[in-house]
Parts: sequence; structure tokens; C-alpha cells
Amino acid sequence: MEHTVRAYDNELDAMTGELARMGGLAEVEVADAIRAIVRRDVAMAEAVINHDARLDALELDVERKAIRLIALRQPVADDLRRIVAAMKIASNLERCGDLAKNIAKRAVVIAEADPMTPLTSSIERMGALVTHRLKDALDALASREVDRAVTVWRQDHEVDEHYDAIFRELLTYMMADPRTITACAHLLFVAKNLERIGDHATNIAEILYYEITGVELVEERPKSDALRTL
Amino acid sequence: MTLLAPEVSRSAADDVSVATIDPGRIKLDIQDLDFFYGKTRALKSVSMSVARNSVTALIGPSGCGKSTLLRALNRMYALYPGQRASGRIMLDGEDILRSGVNLAMLRAKIGMVFQKPTPFPMSIYDNVAFGVRLYETLSRSEMTERVEESLRRAALWDEVKDKLQTSGLGLSGGQQQRLCVARCIAVKPEILLLDEPTSALDPISSAKLEETVTQLKTDYTIVIVTHNLGQAARLSNYTGFMYLGELVEFGETAAMFTNPVTKRASDYITGRFG
Repeated sequence: MEHTVRAYDNELDAMTGELARMGGLAEVEVADAIRAIVRRDVAMAEAVINHDARLDALELDVERKAIRLIALRQPVADDLRRIVAAMKIASNLERCGDLAKNIAKRAVVIAEADPMTPLTSSIERMGALVTHRLKDALDALASREVDRAVTVWRQDHEVDEHYDAIFRELLTYMMADPRTITACAHLLFVAKNLERIGDHATNIAEILYYEITGVELVEERPKSDALRTL
Repeated sequence: MTLLAPEVSRSAADDVSVATIDPGRIKLDIQDLDFFYGKTRALKSVSMSVARNSVTALIGPSGCGKSTLLRALNRMYALYPGQRASGRIMLDGEDILRSGVNLAMLRAKIGMVFQKPTPFPMSIYDNVAFGVRLYETLSRSEMTERVEESLRRAALWDEVKDKLQTSGLGLSGGQQQRLCVARCIAVKPEILLLDEPTSALDPISSAKLEETVTQLKTDYTIVIVTHNLGQAARLSNYTGFMYLGELVEFGETAAMFTNPVTKRASDYITGRFG
């Protein structure tokens, strides 16, 4: 149902629109950063690095709009939750952009080393999974479906498992051939960044769940821990 | 604050959620209260509890019955022919609706402050002392003490202590309203009913009255009717949302304003109808 004061709805919609645009940009940047690693594409890496400023600007804009709404409309109940959620989700998306930028920077360095095909395909698989999760989280956000948010939230462990596997794979490489250490160290950070992007997708799902239901999502989630399994 | 789980039936048009309060904390217990103006049924089987030493806010669109409910609590309606209430309102276990209740004593226990300030055309001192003289015989020094205490509690003392013998009508609107609160608490009631007490006041006077209410909470049980949702959110511990004579939702204020249970309460507090 619409608010009696129509301008209130317009302002809320403008904020949500910016957030959706952020989601779209973040998704593309993460996907492009992974592609830059896999294809050893320096030009694409540089594009990702340059585009990050757009996400930063959009986050500021969402935040300004949210603060303005709080100050002028004194939102309560679902409106308040929607605004607080938008601020938090915007900051998660901005972090995704930063991580994509960091991956892209490493892509530039990795492109200079010899190709390590089996490793890059592991990263590619993990990248595909993480992009997929981010997309699912953003689809849940766009459709405002609680069930989809819960599904994303439950699948967090898949990314962690990939990260653990790549961690071990990289260790084997580095032990076998110390010349690969530089590239492997970068790839290790790439994997860690991807794992963090996965965490942000989980956060977004969690925030969305609270926004829609008004209660926190608390449940024991399957966990895996690289430090423990070694 | 322990609230038991609210009983919820989820269907948009007639969903109702009334939380129950730990019986040990109940000061006033309203049970199946109906109210009639002639043949018009203004309250429909309202049941809710008012917790001791807390502020309970009643909100809802104009004509929803919140002032009617407030007026039923000290039987203010008894002054008007054709108005009647049925059901029970238990004050410390005794039904105040039954016949034979001493209305003067009841209203000394349950004081009321109205929308517009209603000071008597007499000095500030006498405004406060007037009610006390009806119920108690105090010595001059005891009375002076009572007047000072009441004015202090109403957060008005510092502003009027040097002009107690001047007319109450000479005060500003906000000061007059706090004078009415002082007059009300001077007779040492147990419950304070406030009917839109700040609707005629400027923001600073409103803030002072809100501060007064917050401080009075430690000793009194307060029920406030307000159209100012922010005020209900700031002041109260519990909030009841009424619509068309029905209590639609009642529960802890923080829950009501962050995650209301019923769609009707949610639509109202977010500004979607009413």
C-alpha cells in the first residue's frame, strides 16, 4: 500500500533504485575481475580498477538519501527497516567493488607470470560460484523473496569449501616449484577476496531477511575452516 | 519486561494481536469493555492491561475510540446522560465500573489532564492546592510543601517559584499544561490519564512535558492518548493501536514501531492510512 504522502514513496523508490544500480554494477565488476584473471586480460583488469569509483559514489548517494529520509520522514516499522537495510547493503556492495578492484590489480601482476592453467580453472570455478551467489542475493533483493534469501544464506559453506581446496592446491604448487610463489601468493589473495565476496552475499541475504521479516536470521550454519582442516 | 507471546490471527482485514502482561505487573485490567454513546457502539469488546509504573500510549486515527477508552478509565463519561460502559475495568482487583463506586474518590486515584490547559482562574498556588483541600486537611506548611513538591515533579517549580500568588491564567500554554499536571499529581493519584496533553503546545514545551511524564513514570501508572506517533514511540513502554472502536494491536512500544504484528497497525504507523 502507498503512503498517504506520495513524495515519501518517491524518495524510498529513488533510494531503492540506486541500490539496485549498485547491485548491477557490483555484479559486473566481480565477474569482470574474475574474467581478467582467467583470460589474463590486462585491459579488462584496468577497466575494473577504474570503475570502482562509480560504486563508491553510488554508495555515498544511497547513504545520503537514507539519512535524508530518516531526518525528514521519521520512518518506522517496515519503512525504517527498508532504509537501514539499504544503507547496510550498499556498504556490503561497495566492499564487493573494492575486493573486485583488488582482484583486478592482482590480475595485472599474474598476467606477467607464466600461465598456470589448472590453478586458474580452480579460481574460475570458485569465481563462477561466487558470482552466482552474489547474483542470487541480488535477485532475492530485487524480488524481495525471503525464501531466496534463506537459500543464499544456507549455501555459504560451498564457497568456504572451494577456498579450502584452493588453499591446499596452492600450497602444493608453491612447494613443488618455488618460482610460482609470487603468482600463487597473488592467487591465494584472489581466492580469499572471492571468499569475502561470498560472505558479503551472505550478509546481504541476512540483512534482506531482517528487512522483510523484522527478525534476525539465527540458525547454526554449516561451517568449514581452512585453519582447522590443515 | 516480560510479555507472553501475542495471540495472532493473520488475515489482513481483521487481524488482531493483543499481548498479555505478566499478571504481577498489572495495575489496570480492562476486560471486554464496550462503550455506547446512546445507541452508537464506540468501543468493541476492548481487552488490555495497563502495567504498573509504566507509560501506555493509545494511538489511532480520529474517532477510533482512544479518548473514549481513556474517559472510561475514570468514568468521566458518567457526567453525560446516554453514555454507558459495560465490561470490567479492574483497578488493583476491584471493578471500577460497578455501581456504588465513589466517583470522587475514584477520580482522586485516577487523575486526568486534557488536551487544552484548564487552569482555574486563581493563583498558581491555589490551582495546585485546590484539589488537595477537597480530600485532605493539611496545615499551612504541609500544604506549601505539597504545592512545591507537585510543581517540582511537574517540572514547573523553577519557572513559577517567585510568582506563586499570581494568576495561573498568566502562564504560557506549556506552563499552564504543566500546572494542570501539578494540580493532578498534588492529590497523589495512582494513575494519570493524559488526553493529547501536548497538542496545543510548542515543541520546547512539549519536550518539557514529555520529560515530566518520563520522570513521573517511576511513581505513577500513566496512560496517554496522542496523535503524535513520535511522542508515543519516545514516551511509552506499551502501545495500543485502535481502529473503529477496536483494539487492533497492543504490545511493547519498541516492537510496535520496529516490527508491528498486524497489517493495520503497520499501515497506520508508517503513514499509509488514517
